[in-house]
Amino acid sequence: MTVDMAQFNADLWATIPEVALACGAMLLLMLGVFAEKRTTLVTWGCVAVLAITAHLVATSSDGTVLAFGSTVIVDPFARFAKLLVLGGSAIAMLMSIDYLKDEKLTRFEYPLLVALATLGMLMMISANDLIVLYVGLELQSLALYVLASFARDNARSTEAGLKYFVLGALSSGMLLYGASLVYGFSGTTTFAGIAQVIAQDGVGTGLMIGLVFVLAGLAFKVSAVPFHMWTPDVYEGSPTPVTAFFAAAPKIAAMALFLRVVFGPFAGAEPQWMQIVIFLSIASMILGALAAIGQSNIKRLMAYSSIGHMGYALIGFAAGSQAGAQGVLIYLVIYMITTVGTFVCILLMRRDGKAVENVEDLAGLSQRDPTTAYLLAILMFSLIGIPPLAGFWGKWFVFLAAIESKLYLLAIIGFVTSVIGAFYYLRVIKVMFFDKPAAPFEKPLGSVNAAVLAASSAFVIFFVVVPAPLVEAAGVAAKSLFP
Amino acid sequence: MLLATIAFYLFSGVLIAAALMVVSARNPVHSVLFLILAFFNAAALFVLLGAEFLAMVLVVVYVGAVAVLFLFVVMMLDIDFVELRQGFLNYVPVGLTIGLVLLAELVILGSAWAVAPAASAGYAHPTPEGVTNTEALGRILYTNYVHVFQGAGMVLLVAMIGAIVLTLRHREGVKRQNVRTQVGRRRAEAVELPKVRPGEGL
Repeated sequence: MTVDMAQFNADLWATIPEVALACGAMLLLMLGVFAEKRTTLVTWGCVAVLAITAHLVATSSDGTVLAFGSTVIVDPFARFAKLLVLGGSAIAMLMSIDYLKDEKLTRFEYPLLVALATLGMLMMISANDLIVLYVGLELQSLALYVLASFARDNARSTEAGLKYFVLGALSSGMLLYGASLVYGFSGTTTFAGIAQVIAQDGVGTGLMIGLVFVLAGLAFKVSAVPFHMWTPDVYEGSPTPVTAFFAAAPKIAAMALFLRVVFGPFAGAEPQWMQIVIFLSIASMILGALAAIGQSNIKRLMAYSSIGHMGYALIGFAAGSQAGAQGVLIYLVIYMITTVGTFVCILLMRRDGKAVENVEDLAGLSQRDPTTAYLLAILMFSLIGIPPLAGFWGKWFVFLAAIESKLYLLAIIGFVTSVIGAFYYLRVIKVMFFDKPAAPFEKPLGSVNAAVLAASSAFVIFFVVVPAPLVEAAGVAAKSLFP
Repeated sequence: MLLATIAFYLFSGVLIAAALMVVSARNPVHSVLFLILAFFNAAALFVLLGAEFLAMVLVVVYVGAVAVLFLFVVMMLDIDFVELRQGFLNYVPVGLTIGLVLLAELVILGSAWAVAPAASAGYAHPTPEGVTNTEALGRILYTNYVHVFQGAGMVLLVAMIGAIVLTLRHREGVKRQNVRTQVGRRRAEAVELPKVRPGEGL
């Protein structure tokens, strides 16, 4: 028994983006330790490492590659989701620079933790085995717990981190318990092996219980109702750039993993998981629409908004078709870009050296800073799903997939909750344009954040003109999920 | 074969005696030392079974880390062990019950193998021929599972960074060693040679 070096090298090349990201992060860690004052340099270094990783992902060979005893899979779906996550992380990192400086939180560990969380997300997305899935998920989650309590002298941030940690540990426990049951009843941890066992013997009771626990763990990570309890508190308590990061990258990675798990190993158990996903979807949409109405804190409002949006994305899962998976991917891209733009505006909300977070604090923005106010209004309209903005097309693709799969009830509930949800987005616009002006904010947008806002709004407005690149890329990615 | 049998009874005899001493010794430090003896004998039993990797891990982890930690706790903290020991006899029935349950389970397991020899086919992978089990484990861990192994390493790195980020505070007024300034010191700024006149002092 000798080690096959050629095979090993091929395996390593298949995971070169992860290797590059890990090595880059460790190098920058050393730089940060020995040159303590160079935080900005480390931040830009991390952005560069993410860009290099994205380049490696984009230029890797087409088609599906299996590595490390087929525990790792690199296919068009993985590449699409990885590029999305890397983009989200890099933008969230850039957005944080000014805020952290203002809050005196500038420490070089911040971008490094974001980069290492991203590494965990890449592992999750490429997982083709229950062990890889778990290690990736834990790497991501552990970095996120620390980021949530990054403002360690702030009681609310510490509380957010602690809550997230305790509930996250619980969900990891459930996921592990489910994974152990799946392993026990199928005799293998690889996704291909599990799919084979299900195809041969059907879904037994043990496998079924394991599936339910694994889905519960994943539902926690995407904050689908009834596993959403942590989201409002963590979104509210964490420093705002961390909240933006939470909304942008980890949600996408967890959703990609969710897609991979239900359409990969458990494709044969579709009738079983379908019921769960439909329930998660309906409950998330309803709670997201109703609970956000009473919120005065804009970060909590965005938390409930994200719960609702995950519910809409789950409609695409319930369709159980390639069109559904494509719809989910398009939805996630549009949601991520819109949310990032919105969080740029929330970062702008500072008064007397402190961040203010109430919706009322936006009053009068249309007079002081009309450009930002109009762009934020456009982003809000996109979150509601008003045509011809991008948000409408995201919903269009998932609802269309649901109707093609004859899930009329789900589509109708989605439509009704969109209308209800419109209320609180419209309230933000009403406060900005028609309420009595509040005191002005400290300073205008920084150049980086202004660029992010401009890019985000440009995407939202002009998506309707050139939708083809995104739709086609998502189509290719979704196709690789259904071999 | 005879030698192996003698060794087995020697190690298990010492193991049981040491385990009894752990719970009955008056001095807690002695208890911990007997615990270490018990660990060593259990490791020796693993070697007899041909599981030398498990034996080494037992010594490294339990003796090297856990037992030493116990010893530190026992010696550093001021715990009144006489008071802790007060209700010792009350726990005997519970302890005996747990022991009996464990014994019954072992007997059932053993008799299952005796009744149905085919059950041993359900064993996990046996050690491959011609390699020690340390090597067999290493071959799998560093080839098939190297991705996960490195991932676990990154998890530990994140845990370390996180612990430092959340707890390390540079307090003011604490003297720190700065190697660069130490090495960069010159004679002129470090040593002064005053002229001392007789009968005057400095």
